[in-house]
Order: sequence, then structure tokens, then C-alpha cells
Amino acid sequence: MDLEFTDEERAFREDVRKFLQRELPRDIAGKVAAGKDLERDDILRWQAILHARGWLAATWPKEHGGPGWSAVERHIFSEECALHSAPRLPPFGLNMLGPVLIRFGNDQQKREILPRILDGSDWWCQGYSEPGAGSDLASLRTRAVRDGDHYVVNGQKTWTTLGQYANKIFCLVRTSTQGKPQEGISFLLVDLDAPGVEMRPIRLIDGGHEVNEVFFTDVRVPVANLVGEENQGWTIAKYLLTHERTNIAGIGYATKELERFHRLAREITRDGRRLSDSPLHAARAAEIEAELEALRITNLRMLANARDGAAGGVESSLLKLKGTQVRQMLQNLYRSALGSQAAPIADELSENELTVPVDAARAAPVYFNHRKLSIFGGSNEIQRNIVAKELFKE
Amino acid sequence: MDFNLSEDHQLLSDSLRRFLAENYDIETRNRTAYAAPFHAPETWSALAELGVIGAFVPEGQGGYGGTADDVAVIFEELGRGLCSEPMLGTLLGLRLLAALGQTDLAARVIDGETRVALAVSEPQVACDLSCLQATARCEGDVWRLSGRKSAVYGAPGADLVLVVARLADAGENAALGLFLIHAPESIAAPMIDGGGIADIVLDGLQAECLSTDCAELVEDALDLGRIALCAEAVGAMSHLIEITIDYLRQRKQFGRTLASFQALQHRVVDMVVEREQCRSITIAAVAAYGTPAQARTVSMAKNLIGRMGSWIAEEAIQLHGGIGMTWEYPGSHYAKRLVMIDHQLGDRNDHVLRMIRLKPGAPPAEAA
Repeated sequence: MDLEFTDEERAFREDVRKFLQRELPRDIAGKVAAGKDLERDDILRWQAILHARGWLAATWPKEHGGPGWSAVERHIFSEECALHSAPRLPPFGLNMLGPVLIRFGNDQQKREILPRILDGSDWWCQGYSEPGAGSDLASLRTRAVRDGDHYVVNGQKTWTTLGQYANKIFCLVRTSTQGKPQEGISFLLVDLDAPGVEMRPIRLIDGGHEVNEVFFTDVRVPVANLVGEENQGWTIAKYLLTHERTNIAGIGYATKELERFHRLAREITRDGRRLSDSPLHAARAAEIEAELEALRITNLRMLANARDGAAGGVESSLLKLKGTQVRQMLQNLYRSALGSQAAPIADELSENELTVPVDAARAAPVYFNHRKLSIFGGSNEIQRNIVAKELFKE
Repeated sequence: MDFNLSEDHQLLSDSLRRFLAENYDIETRNRTAYAAPFHAPETWSALAELGVIGAFVPEGQGGYGGTADDVAVIFEELGRGLCSEPMLGTLLGLRLLAALGQTDLAARVIDGETRVALAVSEPQVACDLSCLQATARCEGDVWRLSGRKSAVYGAPGADLVLVVARLADAGENAALGLFLIHAPESIAAPMIDGGGIADIVLDGLQAECLSTDCAELVEDALDLGRIALCAEAVGAMSHLIEITIDYLRQRKQFGRTLASFQALQHRVVDMVVEREQCRSITIAAVAAYGTPAQARTVSMAKNLIGRMGSWIAEEAIQLHGGIGMTWEYPGSHYAKRLVMIDHQLGDRNDHVLRMIRLKPGAPPAEAA
């Protein structure tokens, strides 16, 4: 039994830290720490810095412009990024489409699309969910009908994260209604500027604009934009679900969130004493800390399995379940720390009008926003189904 | 980073698991765990022969192991087999005998000829040594003890009991001494989850002084005992979840197996998630033993396992329905053990308070 990282891994962590301290723009880290929305430019600026260092596409092999990291190195990198309040990179091009093209794309697609993901020329978004197809994704109905050298696409996608910043979308579309629903799905790349595509914002529970719905009306898409074979889309979608999920537990984020709570508790006073002197708040934080420490080890155990080639879908489901629970507990703790002062929507208030530290002003909206964690990426109920299938298999 | 058992530990774990499976069925266990002397002497000798007791002590002190890893490997199997032999009391007492150079006594305990227990907690003191009230007074060259010790695990039938007592006439912050008494009278009872427990009324009892400043040693022994309990809980919950799944597969209602109901499947998945978390926090405590992070990490583990062990027990009873309530069904005894582990060596609340006391408001240890 050995919980230590190797000397090389520790040196790597040190390199990452130095890089982040030197290169991560202060203004961007400040926005992330305060839970503020990032502009398109903020994210592109940070991507360009990572790209210049060769660290942008953490999951890609070297030949395609990735750093060629091991699972452990990827874990260390993402943990340090979270601890330094680096922006969470939109995963759609980097962690989803990229790996799909590398595995299923033809040479032309790899040659043309991958570099444009790396240099920020293209911003990809994801067209999976539909109003009638959420957890039951295979029931999706957006149709792509072959017409000469084109597919004609009709239908609607939803929950399209940061679609407002994107110029491209990869979609799961129905190309056949024969056989099982899973057997008639294809993976198609669509230009958002194409005639017949319309994107509309969805306002979320916190008032923010993070997701969209996308409507397709007789959109003509070149057949060359098909990835893999026609009707192979479900295989590709499933490949993505098991690909690169070592960061799914969000340990770095949770560690940062707990640290943030303790800082806040030392700063604010409630009913005559510092919140950090309230035994009830301290006890709640300590119990969550115990769960987080356990999760940190669970994550390392599963990382060691991944390194030894023994990781499966069940393990990422376990990490997703517990990771999202712990983070939601922490968001809850942070919001409740503010008491009555959590209520005002502080976006328009200046720093000296606020009664709480500026970093904490968005605690309530951020808490509400993070209810999404147990819903997206395969809802926690779907994760339980995946684990149950393994536990109860004949 | 490596989470696999070493070859030696795998052997130890396998042989203990096999021994308990072949020689310690639930009938034997229930027959011996609730009636004096609250254990099975022949099982005890066999476990000693297997080397289980010796593995609690470092080689330099007459044993053949003594790391937190050794202890955790053994207790996980004891938990899986629901073994009610007085291992916890023996672990605590033996660690102190060996550390204080009582080599002959320690050797007899390791051989299984002599049994030892540790009397530390009191009716009003769970795990904060600074609150202990029992006192030791030196009269000429004789030490006499007074006060009452409580929850002395394995005391019924023990040959030796070590008593932690405050040195009298030395004021508030007096040092804690460790005293040896031989086969004292005790107020003995079976525990609700099996095994023997006793209170000892010290009323002027004469004792041999082994140490006049033992607080640190005792705290270390207790922390190791807490790690043992955590590992025992992980073993017990693993077995309990396994038999719960078996039961759900087998039991039919409404013309289908219970295992086919999603509401029940999801509850089992949540139990498995928490079991993995309990295993992880036990690993963290084992790794922290003997480092500056020992006390706080052990308390984290004891807190989490106190909460999750009893929750898993309650869920398991519920998922079984009526059968889970019966004495005859083994699962009910596992459930009792898991709940009652939270009552030993400080419960979830005691340990969350200890976490706060040790390092108030500190963020978790930086990633290793």
C-alpha cells in the first residue's frame, strides 16, 4: 500500500504549479474564484496560453498535438488547474470531438478539424439532448435524410452549453428508424452558420445564460461531415462516455470550495462571534471534509486502476455520484454560511455596497447553478443504473 | 501509488478468511458471543497459532508486524467473518505492554496463553484523555487506584487489565499513569453485538505501575484501535452488502425478484458507494498512522465510518424486510456490529469535535 506519487509525478506537479502561477491571468482567475460568468474571450485567451505550452488538449496523443500525458499526469494537471482557479475548459472540442475524431474520423477530418480546435478557430458545442430525449438519449428524433451529397437535417437539440459562443455543433441524428433505436443514429458535424439553424437562449434557475436550444429546419449538411459510418453514432457516443473520466470527481474544485468556506467563516461575524467559532458550522464542514478526503483516496484508487488498465465504466459512475454529492454539499454549506446576506442578487452592486466579501456575493446563484451537477453528464440516476447493472448481473 | 495488498498481507488475509469460513460459522459465533466468557477459547488459541495476535506488535518488541497495515488487514477479515473474539481489547493492551518493555507478558499474550485488556474510558469519558477522572495514589511503595472504568472490551475473563489513571496530588494537568492489575473483579455483560464488556470499580485496588506518563502511548494505541474498528467495519459492510444482494436476487414478490426493482437497486448502489468511501478513508488513516496527521485523519475515518456503517446497517435491515429483523438471520448480527462500532472508542460526534479541536478550520491535507 503506497499513497505517494512518484518523484517524477511530484516534479510534474511542481512544473504545473509554476506554470499556473506565472501564466494564468489574474483577472480570469479572479472571475473564476468569484463564480462569475466568463466571456468568450477569457476562455480563448486561456486556451491560447495553454496551447502555446502544448498543454491544451490533455487527452490527445502527441502525434495530434496533445502532451501525451498518463492518466496520473492528467489528474495532477486538472487538480492543480482547479486549485489555482483556472477556468474549466469547455470540453466539447477538446475532450469530446477531438478524441472521437482521433478514434473514428477519417484522415481529412483529422487534418482539417483538430488543428482548428487547438488554435481556437472553431468553438464546438454538443447536440445530444432533445426535448424528448434526455436520459433516454437513444429515443432522439432529429432526422438526417440523405439527399445526394448532403443530409437534410430537421429537429431540435437542447441544453446546448455555451452554444452562444460556438460556430460548430456535433450532433447525434437519426438516419434510420429500422431495428433498435440505438442502431439508427449517426454522428454528424454541422456548421452553425448554415441556413436553417437557429439558436435560442434558455435562462437558467440562477438567471444566467449558459445553455441554449438549437432548431434545425431543412439544414443541408455535406455527407463529408459524417463521422464514422452511417448508423454508428451510438457506438461513438458510448465511447465518449467511457473516455477520459479521471477528473470526473472534481476533487480540485471541491478542495477549493472547502478552503473558500473556511476563509469566509473566518471573515464573517454572526450573532457576536466569527462564524468559524460556531461549533455547528465547524462540525458540518468537518464532516464534509471527511467525505472529501475519502473521495480523494477513492479517486486515487481508481486512477491506479486506470493506470494498470483495470478501469471500467462502473468506477467513473461511482466517482461521478459521490463527487457531485460532495460538491453540492459544499455549495450548500457556503450558501448557508451567509445567512440572511445570501439573498440579494448582488450583480449590480459595487464592492462597498456589499455586506459580504466580494468573492462570496454570488454564493446563492452558484449554489443553484450547481444543482446541475447531478443532472448533467448522465444523471446520477443513470449512473446508479450503470452500477446496478454490474452489481446485479447474472 | 499502489493500493494492492503486499504478498504477505494477501497471504495473511486469505488464511484468516479461510480459517474463519471453515471454523467459525454463525452458530458457533452466536453460541459463544453472548454467554460467559463471551468468546470461544479454542478459537482464540487457534487465532494465536495463526499469528494473528503477534501481528499486532513490531518485530523489535517480540511480534511479527505491528504496522497499521497489518492491523487493518486482520480486522477487515475479522469484520467479514463477524468474529467476536476479544481482539480489540487485546490489541490495545498488548500494544502498551510491548511498548513499555513488558516482553515476557507480551510474549504470553502473543502465544494466546494470557489475555489482556485496556481500561481507559469511564462512564462520563468517551475518548478525551484529558477528562479522565480515575486516580492513582502512591502510598509508600504501593499504588492504589480509585474511580470507575467503563466499556473495558474483553475484560471478562482477562488475566491482565491495564488501567489508565491520573496521578493523584499533582493538580489539574497531572500526568496519566498506566497500571497493571491481575484478573480483577468486574461487572461483566455481553454486548448487544456480541463479545464481552465490563466495568471495573477500582475502589482502592492495588496495582503495579508500568508508566507514570503514558498519555501519548495510550492515544497512539487508541488511534490504532480506531483504525482496527474502521477496517472491521469495512469487512462487515462488504459481507452485509453481498448477502443483501444475494437476498434481493432470491426473494420474489409480485411475481418477480426484488433485485429487479429499480428503487431497491439504487439503494444498494448507494451502499456500495459509501462502502468504497469507507475503504478509502480507512486507507487514509492507515497511511497517516505515525505521521503528524495521525490524530485528525483517524478521527475523520472514525466519523465517516460511524455515520456510514450504521446507515448501511439500517438500509440492509430495511432491504431484507422482516427476515432482517430475526436473530436467526446472520445479517441482523452484522447490522448490530456496524451500528455499535460507532459506540466504541469515540463516536461520530466525539471525533468530529476532535477534528475541530486539532486544527480548527483547516483545509484538508494537500494532495500527497
